[in-house]
Amino acid sequence: MSALSERPLGAVVGAAVPHEAAALHVTGRALYTDDLVGRTKGVLHAWPVQVLAAHARVTAVRTDAATDVPGVVRVLTAADVPGVNDAGVKHDEPLFPDEVMFFGHAVAWVLGETLEAARLGAVAVEVDVEELPAVVTVRDAVAAESFQGGQPTLLRGPDVEEALAGSAHVFSGEFEFAGQEHFYLETHCALAQVDEDGQVFVQSSTQHPTETQEIVAHVLGLASSEVTVQCLRMGGGFGGKEMQPHGLAAIAALGARLTGRPVRLRLNRAQDITMTGKRHGFLAQWRVGFDDDGRLTALDATLTSDGGWSLDLSEPVLARALCHIDNAYWIPAVRVNGRIARTNKTSQTAFRGFGGPQGMLVIEDVLGRCAPTLGFTAEELRRRNFYAAGQDTPYGQPVRHADRLATAWQQVLDSSDFSARTASVEAFNASSAHVKRGLAITPVKFGISFNFTAFNQGGALVHVYKDGSVLITHGGTEMGQGLHTKMLQVAATALGVPLSRVRLAPTRTDKVPNTSATAASSGADLNGGAVKNACEQILGRLAQVAAEELHVPAADVRFVDGRVRGLDADGPSLPWEDVVRLAYFSRVQLWAAGFYRTEGLHWDSAAMRGEPFKYFAYGVAAAEVEVDGFTGAYRVRRVDIVHDVGDSLSPLVDLGQVEGGFVQGVGWLTLEDLRWDERTGKITTSSASTYKLPSFSEMPEDFRVSLLDAAHEDGAVYGAKAVGEPPLMLAFSVREALRQAAAAFGPAGTSVDLASPATPEAVFWAVEAARAAEGAHVRDGGSAPPQPQGPPIRPESERVLGQA
Amino acid sequence: MDHQITLQVDGERSALTVDTRTSLLDALRERLGTTSAKKGCDHGQCGACTVLLDGRRVNSCLVLAVTAEDQEVTTSDGLAADGPHALHEAFVDHDAYQCGYCTPGQITSAAGVLAEAAQGWPSAVTEDLTAERTELTDAEIRERMSGNLCRCAAYANIVPAVADVAAAQGVRA
Repeated sequence: MSALSERPLGAVVGAAVPHEAAALHVTGRALYTDDLVGRTKGVLHAWPVQVLAAHARVTAVRTDAATDVPGVVRVLTAADVPGVNDAGVKHDEPLFPDEVMFFGHAVAWVLGETLEAARLGAVAVEVDVEELPAVVTVRDAVAAESFQGGQPTLLRGPDVEEALAGSAHVFSGEFEFAGQEHFYLETHCALAQVDEDGQVFVQSSTQHPTETQEIVAHVLGLASSEVTVQCLRMGGGFGGKEMQPHGLAAIAALGARLTGRPVRLRLNRAQDITMTGKRHGFLAQWRVGFDDDGRLTALDATLTSDGGWSLDLSEPVLARALCHIDNAYWIPAVRVNGRIARTNKTSQTAFRGFGGPQGMLVIEDVLGRCAPTLGFTAEELRRRNFYAAGQDTPYGQPVRHADRLATAWQQVLDSSDFSARTASVEAFNASSAHVKRGLAITPVKFGISFNFTAFNQGGALVHVYKDGSVLITHGGTEMGQGLHTKMLQVAATALGVPLSRVRLAPTRTDKVPNTSATAASSGADLNGGAVKNACEQILGRLAQVAAEELHVPAADVRFVDGRVRGLDADGPSLPWEDVVRLAYFSRVQLWAAGFYRTEGLHWDSAAMRGEPFKYFAYGVAAAEVEVDGFTGAYRVRRVDIVHDVGDSLSPLVDLGQVEGGFVQGVGWLTLEDLRWDERTGKITTSSASTYKLPSFSEMPEDFRVSLLDAAHEDGAVYGAKAVGEPPLMLAFSVREALRQAAAAFGPAGTSVDLASPATPEAVFWAVEAARAAEGAHVRDGGSAPPQPQGPPIRPESERVLGQA
Repeated sequence: MDHQITLQVDGERSALTVDTRTSLLDALRERLGTTSAKKGCDHGQCGACTVLLDGRRVNSCLVLAVTAEDQEVTTSDGLAADGPHALHEAFVDHDAYQCGYCTPGQITSAAGVLAEAAQGWPSAVTEDLTAERTELTDAEIRERMSGNLCRCAAYANIVPAVADVAAAQGVRA
């Protein structure tokens, strides 16, 4: 057991404690960014001037009529930007564009005394445009060769052509699947104020305060030290607030600088959906080989993601998709190409899983479609292809703890009574003509760490005050995932004090600088390591003080539950508070900045090789569904999950993440149907009335979730694994169960295609195809998918702000 | 058009002048500084702004502030006037939230559900339409709470939280 992962006696980590802000959440006293407006005097309100064209050149912006509107204070345009007119880190996202790149792109912003004045002002701004041809769908982009960013290739093993030629069975097919709107219930919001001497303080609903700070600074032409960003908490993030808040915060900050007054920018729901990025949809084209035993021999695929109008995070999303196309399966020969379509849509971005779900969905779809054709049950085909000990991923990383996958699989088979229920599903289907059931089990293997090695660092600031109370701040942000709760538990554990002794202050860039985004499920790993490090520095100093007082060697001093003693638990001891007070009067520093970097990572993004992940998180889900053959309507009858979170830091939080992630994944795969008008480029699902989100009604009727036992992770703080993203992909089980239920309407052994999202309408068409015994549209043999020729990475691919 | 009104919110009376088009939600948040009710969609689709009007739940974004005069407006914070409400405690016990943004709306909505059940108001899934009190089964709770979205999907914990309080209040066996 490593020093990082070892838990002391009486650890507060591992206890099922409520969320740290629980009491504030239930009453509504917890403050979100927009709740601060009423506490701030003289606030101006911002409203965007959106152009309703998918692609157009801006030829003139006339603001005179707007400034005449009563209550309008100022119109912000490109001419007002003192620094760089760019909202991103890739220099391809002008904050005030002269080319409209998607329907609803904001070209100017109006500041008003009231929201109404700003809105009326925005209507009065005259924008002349010259419309340009637009590319809306990913297939149109492919036809027009409209791509952006690098085009990496993941290669492994024997030549894929030879491997396919030597395979007993070769199939080819295509699969185009949709993205997902984050629909965090709190829309994007920023509140900017000018401090003394032009310094800017921005409160932002952001997962990445440091990058928000950097973008605000470069837009304003300031140094980072002159900009402070604070995030109290977010009403949901899900990746949608990793990069998208920056430009909005910059607008608010620019307005505050120019007017000297606080500026609030809160997007309403329709603006949020029309202006901010979503999960990438993908087009996958593939060939796959199997031997006679159903073992995968080769995969040849090209993934084209729909990046929208700018790069944003599309390149790392694509890299993660490529790195997860294997999911839990050993594939000896691999050639997977990736490319990013540039389309006239919102700039697609991070969303829980960050490309991982998209890559994994491709292989799960391949297996689901091919299983009947190969004559195996889907469960058997999946099981046969699991990684075994000693095997490595296509990018060359050993699959450590592959046995946990088999363990979790068996646990779910047992706990869900899988074989008996499979028999009863078959019996039900044999006796029911118009309603059919399906029962499917699917695995998850998900790599933890940012692919880009440099981001795997965390920072923390821990203060011990003279009265013994503790205040911690760390670089991560709270969006409901329970990170702050876990960090409090880590600090209490590391210091050996009761949880009630430790308080946490909101995330601010002037407390902990140069932080990474709270993303990649890594918040607890990185910031927890840093909190622990800071606490250990302080304890090292306190141990010296206590050693003198207790007459024991410093190395023998133990801090346990608010008392300080030697090795002998029954020996003399001192209250924590006394040791702290003694230390202060001995002029001992009672605070520390902690730092953590994940060791052992390396990644070559051009070659797509290395060991980018510290470890893998595993999970298995079994889902049973029932489909109505007349309408395609369905319900989820039962779900059983076993998920690996290592030794949980906070079981209540982790169970919530598993349940919530699963349901959000089910939303992506079955309900949430993003639609764009392909003629105008307008998003037609811009509210919850047209975009169906999971609600109470779609919950599994019987939902059984448990955490994998004996799952200690040696390489992470207190032996716990990341949990934010991996459970989302447990939802594949529902999609595959729907496929099997639809297939049951056809003759035995029918293979069906299922669109994604598998809405009732899509399921209806799958049922119709099954009835017609159409078979899945996978071809025997087939030719290679398109082979992109672009360079794997481009100069802008990994440019970090501050580098030329 | 401006109109002078008096609102009674969480036990406090406030006089204010509002444009007659002002929603109750905006009056609460923007004018009275009462931020317990949250704005999620402003279109009555998400439930985050749910408050009680004389004990009945409404989406406060769909109610004009001028029509709320002479009624008691209660937010989730107002339910805690005399210490935590049973629903507050049950939500904490069951970890029935994640980001917390929808939570005040979930709780006021649940308070409305409990009152509806106690008065025997049927829902789309109620079998016995003549019962004096509606039994709040899991199916009833899901149906009645279905107007409150939780993007974090804490649903699996909200249902038992509401069920606990329903049982304590005698509307669930």
